[in-house]
Amino acid sequence: MIDVMLKGLPFLWQGLLVTLQASAIVVVVALIAGIVFGVGLSYGPRWVAWPIRLLSDFVRGLPLLVLIFSIFYMLPLTGWQISNFASAIAALAVFETAHVSEVARGAIQSIHPGQNEAGKSIGLTFAQRMIYVIFPQALRRFLPPWINTVVDTVKGSSLLALVGIVDLMLSIQQVIGRTFKPMPMYVLGAVMYFVINYTLSQVSRRLEARFAYVRE
Amino acid sequence: MQYHLNFNLVWKYFDRLSWGLVLSLELAAVGIAIGIVIGLGLAVLSHGAGRIVRTLVAAYVEFIRNVPLLLLVYLVFYGIPSVGGFAYDATTSFVMTLAVYAGAYLVEVFRAGLDAIPKGLIDAGRAIGLTPAQLVLHVRIPTMIRIVLPSLGNAFISLFKDTSLATVLAVPELTYGANWIYTNTFRIVEVYAVVAPMYLVTGYVLLFALRQLERRFAIRRR
Repeated sequence: MIDVMLKGLPFLWQGLLVTLQASAIVVVVALIAGIVFGVGLSYGPRWVAWPIRLLSDFVRGLPLLVLIFSIFYMLPLTGWQISNFASAIAALAVFETAHVSEVARGAIQSIHPGQNEAGKSIGLTFAQRMIYVIFPQALRRFLPPWINTVVDTVKGSSLLALVGIVDLMLSIQQVIGRTFKPMPMYVLGAVMYFVINYTLSQVSRRLEARFAYVRE
Repeated sequence: MQYHLNFNLVWKYFDRLSWGLVLSLELAAVGIAIGIVIGLGLAVLSHGAGRIVRTLVAAYVEFIRNVPLLLLVYLVFYGIPSVGGFAYDATTSFVMTLAVYAGAYLVEVFRAGLDAIPKGLIDAGRAIGLTPAQLVLHVRIPTMIRIVLPSLGNAFISLFKDTSLATVLAVPELTYGANWIYTNTFRIVEVYAVVAPMYLVTGYVLLFALRQLERRFAIRRR
């Protein structure tokens, strides 16, 4: 079993790199878009908050796989020339953005409204209130669940294999296609995913403990 | 955009989607039922058990939570039979995977539920002379079920969405129905324009129904 793993391992690096790359892009895009949407949900006027709420509920109500298939096959029909990697990643990014925006909304709304009013009363602009008053306080509520969405992103990126992106998942399948020894490769793949995600989970747990002492 | 929508082919094969939806719900229901048994069993077992048992349960939970479900689905369907020298059909395999997956999430839910039982209830049970086993059966578990009901509801809806992965094993659930119509008629936009609302509406109807159930069984505090 070990020898099959060792022989297959070199063929997985490229895939692992694609998984990490896809996850990293999605995490960054979802972080930025999610915070903007979260602020929109919390402070936006109705014409801003409602479309975001609608989009977020729509996306979170769908299985990720269905979202990936829909976006992956529908985007090219709009006539937009887009690579299959970008198209697949777009789907994952939309999904994670919806989740991050809920995390951001929850973190922002956990801050007492008095903080925002105090910022207004000393004449801070909206951007200043966000950057100097709300975000620093919301950070500790935001980080632990946000890292969970990062773990979900890495796990979710395995579904990109189903639209033909050669990530870690599909590399494993390809090696099995040649060796016909499924068990060692799946175990190896599971270990690789586990190491990535467990590290992230531990960071999240550490942060949670780190912030736990703060009392309102 | 040089594409003309044609929904006729989707309606023609709509029974694949409707029966697919039914199978998706069935998979999720059986999955959560077995998952509850696993989760509850392990939560009770590790509650006040020795260090070794708790470490083993924690290892199971951490492993399942940090590995993609798709990999687990493949591992159980292709991997295990290849070394075990036996085979099972795709539906059985998928339901088992789903149950083990759900179990790992539910252990945590049930454990939190057990911890949330008011101390006074347990003392009251002791005071009327219940044995430890009776205490678990008649006091801890019934109280805990009402505490964890919202989490169970969310887990069920989440599992319902995860059943879409069964398509990779050719289990004829909703997503498989969609992909079947797509590969046979090439009407992918129309198919997913129909399937996405089916998932959405079912999910939100379930959510609404479960919220009603929770309200009915919620522990009223005065």
